Amino acid sequence: MKSLPVAGKFASILFGSLLLIACSGNETNDSAAAEAAAAEAAAAEEAAAVAAASAAKAQAEAAAAAEQQQLQNAAMSAGTVFYFDFDSSSMTDTARMAVDAHIAVLLSNDDSVRLEGHTDERGTREYNLALGERRANAVRDYMVANGVPSYRIESISYGEENPVAFGSSEANWSQNRRVELK
Amino acid sequence: MPNLLRVLILSLCVATFPALAQLQIEITRGVDNPTPIAVVPFGWSGSGASPEDVARIIDSDLARSGQFSPVSRRDMLSYPSRGSELYFRDWRAINSDYVLIGRYELAAAGNLKLSWQLFDSTRELSVEEGVVMGAASEVRMLAHKIADEVYEKLTGIPGAFATRLLYVSVTRNPAGKDFYRLTLADSDGARPIVLLESREPILGPSWSPNGDEVAYVSFETSRPAIYRQNLRTGAREQLTNFKGLNNSPVFSPDGNSMAMVLSKDGSPDIYLMNLASKRLTRLTKHYAIDTEPTWMPDGQSLLFTSDRGGRPQIYRYDLKSGNTTRVTFDGRYNARARVAQDGRNVALVHQQNGAYHIAVFDLVTERLTVLTTTSLDESPTIAPNGSIVLYATKRNGQSILGAVAVDGGVSFNLPARDGEVQEPSWSPYLP
Repeated sequence: MKSLPVAGKFASILFGSLLLIACSGNETNDSAAAEAAAAEAAAAEEAAAVAAASAAKAQAEAAAAAEQQQLQNAAMSAGTVFYFDFDSSSMTDTARMAVDAHIAVLLSNDDSVRLEGHTDERGTREYNLALGERRANAVRDYMVANGVPSYRIESISYGEENPVAFGSSEANWSQNRRVELK
Repeated sequence: MPNLLRVLILSLCVATFPALAQLQIEITRGVDNPTPIAVVPFGWSGSGASPEDVARIIDSDLARSGQFSPVSRRDMLSYPSRGSELYFRDWRAINSDYVLIGRYELAAAGNLKLSWQLFDSTRELSVEEGVVMGAASEVRMLAHKIADEVYEKLTGIPGAFATRLLYVSVTRNPAGKDFYRLTLADSDGARPIVLLESREPILGPSWSPNGDEVAYVSFETSRPAIYRQNLRTGAREQLTNFKGLNNSPVFSPDGNSMAMVLSKDGSPDIYLMNLASKRLTRLTKHYAIDTEPTWMPDGQSLLFTSDRGGRPQIYRYDLKSGNTTRVTFDGRYNARARVAQDGRNVALVHQQNGAYHIAVFDLVTERLTVLTTTSLDESPTIAPNGSIVLYATKRNGQSILGAVAVDGGVSFNLPARDGEVQEPSWSPYLP
């Protein structure tokens, strides 16, 4: 997409120098000098074209990087922690919007991600490991459904281990029911 | 080889942090009219100071059972160590129904010999006597063995004091990752030894039927994997490393295989691993969560938790027929079953009004009885004599261990002296 104008410019330069060569065929005396001048002019044109092309390429790269940065920024501001309701492994609308931002980044690069599922402290540890896995897999499945190849996603469950908020109230529990993207 | 090295390093660490994982015992409720018993300080015939206060260890064991109220030493009129020195009226005068006396002496090859005799002061007769012998370094275990015999003689139920506990102690680290320590201690919390230390979670410790080995889940590789570790040699083996869940390892009663939970084929299911060939057999195959397997003592079937009915309940898988039947129907949440050696009482986590309690379910009468009043109880484990359920709970935001009699009688807490403690697993009877 971005290389088209560069190729076009190249073609027109090439056509111009051919025209120059074709028009200077009559006088043999002058022909050597004319040829040299033409070659010089062609070389200069070519150098200018290369410079223009690399500038264009740099510009394109800068634009792509800026775009990538913009996606990254959007993903960072969306956060890397997605919260879940009690006893649920369905993604909330907020979580889905946040994951969408990360999907956009993943579609623009080749990075791999790790999804860590967590639960609050209620219930048994091993059952909570399974619930944590369900949450991590819910995010994974959503990413896969939106085009991220599954081999680039690893999901791990910690269950109720590694809480981020201590204390036995809903305020703490709601912070612990989460999937973290790493 | 790296694993071996790690275990070696850990055995060096044992000496460094012995106090960190130490449990304390606080009796919160005893039975009505516990039997008064006097455990007289044991006589010592060797030179120098006596090696350990054996009577104090026996006294604490009996007190912890809730069924006995030991007589204070201050009230004792004399400290007899032989039957000929004992006057029954002295013990009746301080309302001591029973008197336990004994003495210890050095035997050959650095061994200790403990002789004991139990008297009924009301009927004025000797009830039982015995001798236990062993290495001097195991004097605490010898004392627990005497407590086991006294307990059995007076209650009709074998004692389970000469057993050990596995648990995970956690030291929170607000600046970074927590410290997890898989710890082994005597049943009274004494002599804690750290088997594995990690900055990543350690979960689900369990015992081999002969008490020689333990199995557990460690996240030390940043992914969950099941390990087995020999307590005598320290040798450690990684058994699984599958994608997804690797948890709940439980040795079969014959010790030849291990049930576990894997989600490598999609959803969490129960698998059986032959420990010799490492061959896996998938037992359950359901899109729901199947987890927390536990063996019936006869090894013919397993109980497990499944939410195939919408909510977690206990199910039973029969190995011969491959049939699965639902076991619990009371309430919306019954999970993490552990079966007593009688094959009848099942300790589990039961939810009631949003709180998670320890309950016991009788497989014969199908009656469920809630045993605890705390609200975040989990990880029940039953003493090998079937009398006490040990579990993890929360107190003031700290994880501690709690214990309650299966009949609802005595209860006590075992907080760690420092840090938190979770995931207890009571050993079988030890040889």
